[in-house]
Amino acid sequence: MIRVQNLVKTFGTFTAVNDVSFDVDEGEIFAFLGPNGAGKTTTIKMLITLLTPTSGSIELDGLNPQVKQNEARRRFGIVFQDPSLDGDSSAWENMEIHGVLYHVPHKLRRQRMEDLLKLFELWDRRNDAVKKFSGGMKRRLEIARGFLHTPRILFLDEPTLGLDPQSRNQLWSHVKKVNETEKVTVFLTTHYMDEAERVAHRVGVIDHGKLVAQGTPKAIKEQTGTETLEEAFLALTGSTIRDESAGSADQMRQFAKMWGGNKR
Amino acid sequence: MSAIYVLWLRELKRYVRSRVQIIVSLGQPLLYLLVLGFGLGPVFQRAGNGSYLQFVAPGVIGMTVLFSSIFSGLGLLWDRQFGFLKETLVAPVPRIQIMIGRTLGGATVAVIQGTIVALICLLAGFRPANWATAPLVLLFMVLIAIVFAALGVAIGSSLQDMQGFQLIMNFLVMPIYFLSGALVPLTGLPKILSWITSADPLAYGIDGMRSVLLIGMTHFGAATDLAVLVVVGAILLVVGAYRFSKIQI
Repeated sequence: MIRVQNLVKTFGTFTAVNDVSFDVDEGEIFAFLGPNGAGKTTTIKMLITLLTPTSGSIELDGLNPQVKQNEARRRFGIVFQDPSLDGDSSAWENMEIHGVLYHVPHKLRRQRMEDLLKLFELWDRRNDAVKKFSGGMKRRLEIARGFLHTPRILFLDEPTLGLDPQSRNQLWSHVKKVNETEKVTVFLTTHYMDEAERVAHRVGVIDHGKLVAQGTPKAIKEQTGTETLEEAFLALTGSTIRDESAGSADQMRQFAKMWGGNKR
Repeated sequence: MSAIYVLWLRELKRYVRSRVQIIVSLGQPLLYLLVLGFGLGPVFQRAGNGSYLQFVAPGVIGMTVLFSSIFSGLGLLWDRQFGFLKETLVAPVPRIQIMIGRTLGGATVAVIQGTIVALICLLAGFRPANWATAPLVLLFMVLIAIVFAALGVAIGSSLQDMQGFQLIMNFLVMPIYFLSGALVPLTGLPKILSWITSADPLAYGIDGMRSVLLIGMTHFGAATDLAVLVVVGAILLVVGAYRFSKIQI
């Protein structure tokens, strides 16, 4: 379903994704794991047509997302890592805009909007402007919105960030449900290794832009000789803390980037 | 088509909901209209140019449409900052439709703002030469709005964050406004300045409105005004659509 070969993405002199190759089969749940700044989100952005790869090839359901952008976009849904809601619109309107953009027929759209808003306990607040929502509620709305159309591939970029255990549970059981009943392929990233171990059929571990291991959680644990996926993850990526914060040089770069066109 | 409609509707809803912003955005044109309109009136009259209020009203209407439309185009930067832009960019809709929906929405809001200011001008004592020209005035407002909403989208697509906003404001929007002949007549300017003003699309928009509102008071001629606005609008729509299609996040 997803085929990535020798994918590379560089920003100036910095290589964010370095020669990554993997395959995800139809109906599979694939967890993409890695420390902060390892290249997870950059990889996803290339998969969902927001970034052009420097080199390498991508296939989504046999389509090259760089060439057949719209056909590729029709096939996937995405829950972003950072907010992507319209704060001035209500929860209902955010869902409505999404449904229209994804060509969900009117009657089905209204039905699903109601079901999903109820499932994620946002129904009572559906007419409030999203900017008044708490962090957790916004997150739940993003997830509910991601399920509004039924994509062939679902990308979840750290979907559980900032969610309480109740909502997390709700999310994963829903993900499993659509995966089992509708054969939706799921590509997710997360920092919670227990979640990855629980839902994923296979995992890939990326560090410094390179894919360092991939296989079933069991195989990875055996490969590293560890008890849990968390230990295996630490064994593969080391225990130094990664730094993503912007130093003054980064800020200068950002200022220069402002006029530098579409580099990022 | 429905994608264009929802995005247009979104711009309109945002406008109607932000009441504070409506009032704030009407403040500046009012200041120009009242302070300059009444303040410079006697000087203008003594110079033998007739009523300054009559002269400046089309300029103030044009200014309102300019500011409102270019800001709505630059609203792209806010959507980039708050993330909503991503949501529309990965949707299975050609980006040209997303761009058109946004641009038309911004242009519609700008025309509404311009109409409100036109009504205020009437209250302040402005009188058009012929009421039957109202549809033509509206046409010029629509053209100005489309030109600058498209320009705003083109610039907004190329900028990465909000820091560029002040730059655009000081080095693009204000010069466009002051060089358009909104506040001063374009006749009798030094040569270089008159070249610059004739490269300013807003000059044609305001001149067009003046030529239909105050019959005979025109610099370029109404037909030229119309032609220039249509051509520039078409070019900027193409440029804006192209820049928008190339956005990467």
